[in-house]
Amino acid sequence: MTLLNAPAPSATAFGNAVALSCRECGTRFELGAAYACEECFGPLEVLYDVPRLTRERIESGPQSIWRYRDLLPVPADVAAHPGLQPGWTKLVKADNLARELGVRSLWVKDDSGNPTHSFKDRVVAVALSAARQLGFTTVGCASTGNLANAVAAAAARAGLRSVVFVPSNLEAGKTVTTAVYGGTLVAVEGNYDDVNRLCSEVAGDQPWGFVNINLRPYYAEGSKTVGYEVAEQLGWHLPEQVVAPVASGSLLTKVDKGFTELGKAGLVEPTPYKVFGAQATGCSPVAQAFRAGADIVKPVRPDTIAKSLAIGNPADGPYALDVVRRTGGAIADVSDEEVVEGIRQLARTEGIFAETAGGVTLAVAKKLLAEGLLDPDAETVLLNTGDGLKTLDAVAPVVGPTATIAPSYDAFQKAGLA
Amino acid sequence: MSVSVRIPTILRTYTDGAAEVTADPGEGATLADLLETLDKSYPGLKGRVLDDAGNLRRFVNVYVGDEDVRFAEGLATPTPAGASVSVIPAVAGGC
Repeated sequence: MTLLNAPAPSATAFGNAVALSCRECGTRFELGAAYACEECFGPLEVLYDVPRLTRERIESGPQSIWRYRDLLPVPADVAAHPGLQPGWTKLVKADNLARELGVRSLWVKDDSGNPTHSFKDRVVAVALSAARQLGFTTVGCASTGNLANAVAAAAARAGLRSVVFVPSNLEAGKTVTTAVYGGTLVAVEGNYDDVNRLCSEVAGDQPWGFVNINLRPYYAEGSKTVGYEVAEQLGWHLPEQVVAPVASGSLLTKVDKGFTELGKAGLVEPTPYKVFGAQATGCSPVAQAFRAGADIVKPVRPDTIAKSLAIGNPADGPYALDVVRRTGGAIADVSDEEVVEGIRQLARTEGIFAETAGGVTLAVAKKLLAEGLLDPDAETVLLNTGDGLKTLDAVAPVVGPTATIAPSYDAFQKAGLA
Repeated sequence: MSVSVRIPTILRTYTDGAAEVTADPGEGATLADLLETLDKSYPGLKGRVLDDAGNLRRFVNVYVGDEDVRFAEGLATPTPAGASVSVIPAVAGGC
C-alpha cells in the first residue's frame, strides 16, 4: 500500500531495506506506508539485504544514529537532510549505584541526552526519513508525551507540518515542550489507548504520515540503535543483562533485534544475553501475562504516575514476552512509590535525573535482584529513556530544600547545616 | 435500525473501498452475529478479523461504542441497533 498521489519512492529511498514482512504470518509487502498485514493484522517489519559491514565503517560515521545507517531503512545520504541528529548518548558507568545495589558492573544508557530528551528522537528520525521518501508533508503521532516532543521538534527542523495527539491529562512539562515547537497539538479527553484509536482512524483517512501508525515499521527500527550503541560503547560486545521499560513493548523487542543483528553481521561475538522488562504496577499487562505464563496480553486500564508507560493495550506485548522468555529474562512491575524512590536513587547516586519510566526501570532492577532473577555478578545495563525535567510532578511532592533560612550567617549556623 | 461499522484501510478491499458500512444482525445480536451478517455482504471479512479457531486475532482491536470488546464480553458483546462498531489494527507507541 502506498500513499495516493505521492511520487513513488526511489530505489535507494530505504537504503538496504528490501521489503516489509508480517511478523505473524511472514507475508511480504512492498516498502510503503503500510503497517498491518492485510492477511492477519500482524505488525509489519522491515527486511534488509545488508552488505558486509565493518566496525571501522561504523566508527567513521557521524556521532548520531546515522553511523548505523546501513542497518536502517534510510538512504545513504540521510545525515545530509535537516534533522536533529539523535543518538550516541552516554553510557554511564554507574559505580555508585552498583555499590548500593550490590551489582558488580553496572551501566546506565542515558537517553535523556537526546535533542528532545528522550529515546523517541531516534525513532522519529527514522520515521521522518521515511515520511520524506514517501512524499508526506504532514507528520503526526499518538503520544504519551515524549513522542509528541520528538515529532514536533523534528518536524519543525525538517520543515514539515506536525499534528500530534496526546491525552489531555499529560504532565505540564510534556505539553509545553511539545507546544513550543509550533505544530498542531491536540489534547484528547481520554487515555493513551483512546488517543491511539482516534489516530488510527485519522491515519486511515488523512494523507498524513503518523510515525507510530502508518510509518510504524520504519519508526520501530530506530529503537535498534539503542542496542547498537550499548554494544559499541562497551567495546563491541553484548552486555549479559539489560533492563528496559515496557509500554508497547517495542523498545525491548528492538534492542534484542539490534543485539541479534550485530552478532549475525559479525560485528560482535554473539554471546548470550538476557533481556528484562519493567512496568509500573498500575499498568502492567505484560508483566501480568509473564507471571501467568500466558501468550495473550490482556488489556488493562492504566493508573500510574509513569504516564509514558501507561499503555493498557500494548501492541508489541506478545513479542516482548517472546524476547524475555527466549533470552531467559523476566518482566516485573513496581508500585508508584517504588518508582519515585527509583528516580531519587538514580539521581542521588549518579547525578542522572530520569523520568518516571527510568524510575520504573531502576526499581524493577532492584526487585529482580532481590528475587534472584537478575544476576549481581553479570554485566548489567539499565535503559533510561527520558529526562526527569519532563515529569517533575512525580517527585515534586517528596523533594525540596533541606532548610529555608533568613539571609544571615547566624541563621545558617542555627540551621545546623555546616 | 442497523449497526454501523468502521472499516480499517487494510480491509476496504472487501467493502469496495467503503470506510463505513452498515449491517442489520437483528435484535439481541452480538459481535459474533454482526460479523456473520457482515460476511454475507462482504465475503471474507470475518476471516480477516477472526483466526482459524474463531477468536479475535491478537493484533486487531474491536470497539462497540467506546468500549474495547476485550473489556466487555468479547465476541459475545451485544451490538444493539444504532451501535457504532470500529475495527482497528493494534498500534505501536510508548517504549
